Amino acid sequence: MSDALLQARGLSITFGGLKAVQDVSLDVMPNTLTALVGPNGAGKTTLFALLSGFLRPGAGRVQYLGRDITGMAPHQSARLGLTRTFQIVQPFGAQTVRENIAVGAHLHQPGRRAALAAAEEVAARVNLHDNLDKPAADLTVSGRKRLELARALATKPRLLLLDEVLAGLNPSEIDEMIPVIRGLVDSGVTVLMIEHVMRAVMSLAEHVWVLAQGRLIAGGTPREVTSDPSVIEAYLGHGTAQRLAREGERR
Amino acid sequence: MRDVRSILIFGVLLAVAASVLQSGVLLTFLMMSLYAVLLSQSWNILGGYGGQLSFGHALFFGVGAYTQAIAQLSWGWNPWLALPVAIAFGAFAGLVVGALAFRGGLKGSYFALVTLAFAEVARILAVSVSFTGGGVGLMVPLHASAANLQFGSRRGYVYLLLSFVVAALLVTAWLRHSRFGAYLQAVRDNESAARAIGVDPVRVKLGAIALSAAFMGAAGACYVQMFQYIDAGIAFGPSISIEALVGVIVGGVGTLWGPVLGAALLYVLGESTRNLFGELPGISMVIYGVVLVVIVMFLPRGLTGAGMSVRRMMGRPAKPNRTSERKEEARV
Repeated sequence: MSDALLQARGLSITFGGLKAVQDVSLDVMPNTLTALVGPNGAGKTTLFALLSGFLRPGAGRVQYLGRDITGMAPHQSARLGLTRTFQIVQPFGAQTVRENIAVGAHLHQPGRRAALAAAEEVAARVNLHDNLDKPAADLTVSGRKRLELARALATKPRLLLLDEVLAGLNPSEIDEMIPVIRGLVDSGVTVLMIEHVMRAVMSLAEHVWVLAQGRLIAGGTPREVTSDPSVIEAYLGHGTAQRLAREGERR
Repeated sequence: MRDVRSILIFGVLLAVAASVLQSGVLLTFLMMSLYAVLLSQSWNILGGYGGQLSFGHALFFGVGAYTQAIAQLSWGWNPWLALPVAIAFGAFAGLVVGALAFRGGLKGSYFALVTLAFAEVARILAVSVSFTGGGVGLMVPLHASAANLQFGSRRGYVYLLLSFVVAALLVTAWLRHSRFGAYLQAVRDNESAARAIGVDPVRVKLGAIALSAAFMGAAGACYVQMFQYIDAGIAFGPSISIEALVGVIVGGVGTLWGPVLGAALLYVLGESTRNLFGELPGISMVIYGVVLVVIVMFLPRGLTGAGMSVRRMMGRPAKPNRTSERKEEARV
């Protein structure tokens, strides 16, 4: 797995006495969609913060494009094409949608006009083109999620870390968003996404990593992972896998 | 560009007004209003567009003022030559404060307190060391001539201040239509989100504080040229810092014309209460304070924000007021 785009090796971080992430090693292969799942509080967002440079790990290394980026500031890794979004959407509320996206586009477009034009193109990719002149603060939850995605896309990332872009959306909004994410991967963006919506994970992800209580407990195709006893136990409690298996036999 | 055109019209109108006005009172009035506007415009660059609320802008004002005075008195420089140096030293003071505060990750009220502390330290130092004239201050000899950057009439100072105000307005207009400005406002609105998409917040804030401090330094230098005197209390005392930020808050934080409107209006208010109630010492400050409280209570987005709301109520499309939207966002 040495040709991975992103490699984490032995990542750990502790907050006070809490071991939020312990000895996590994972790979993200180029041009794939990889999902990171796990119960609430498993440390998924913390792991994202470690990968994107918002937090410096207590131990372990992160390699991206064969380069050590452990503890590199987020704006520097963004320049190398590694961008993240936030679970709790973070719009620049005072600015319009177009201006919000243009901030991302400015990473490679110094000119204001070029950046605003690029913002329009990106908005079209995530179906935000009807709201370009709205203040970002006026968007619905679904609109804000799209804006979060669009702003990150405008930086022309190679690797996009998506933190629950589907959370808070209703089923039909999720159905609209899944092809958008699929389209990203098809256009050559590698995606690592944290997601709770299993329907999306099953239909989008080629590889799934499962995190529970700060540790990686499983990794594989969506089908392998969802039938893994340790994953079922992490979600449903100790002994559940055995009980389910017994009940299955009885039937 | 629309902003640039309106700034140029504003500049030309005031220049023409200054050239036809004969009354010394009106020229003094114009001069002092422009001086107040310059303070507020400077503060608005960092406080309004960068969201970094400084309570110690007097530091940069004082550095500019003392540089302007010392360059003439101790180094024997021509004041025209001293002026750019005063501006550069002001900007440099901004960079020093910014490097310490922003690298340390200070935000919000912590930043405000640290800037206040820096200005106070400078004030105490300026009283205790000798090259600033200590507690006595520095007097620049009066030689009224344009070559000496001193003018027989107020008109010359009006032109001097007006050119700095127009420059500050142009810089502000640039902030509204450039990558640097977009980054600055992004950092103001959400620093984490800005970092994730490639913005280096420390660098952006350092740029803003240097620009802001440069104009503050220019205001300090102009003060020395206008009054031929500076002491530690005037240069570094809190009153300059407060004057700079109050005009912006009354006019509209993070807007192009808000600080012009706010600072000019407060100057008019201050002068008229002083003239009306001059025989009752202190009462003018009371009225001034009451008006401030009323404006902040009932027009929390400042005068331009209020104008925006009226236009919206009338059903006319208005460009969203940047800071007001931000406050609404915070409420959500």
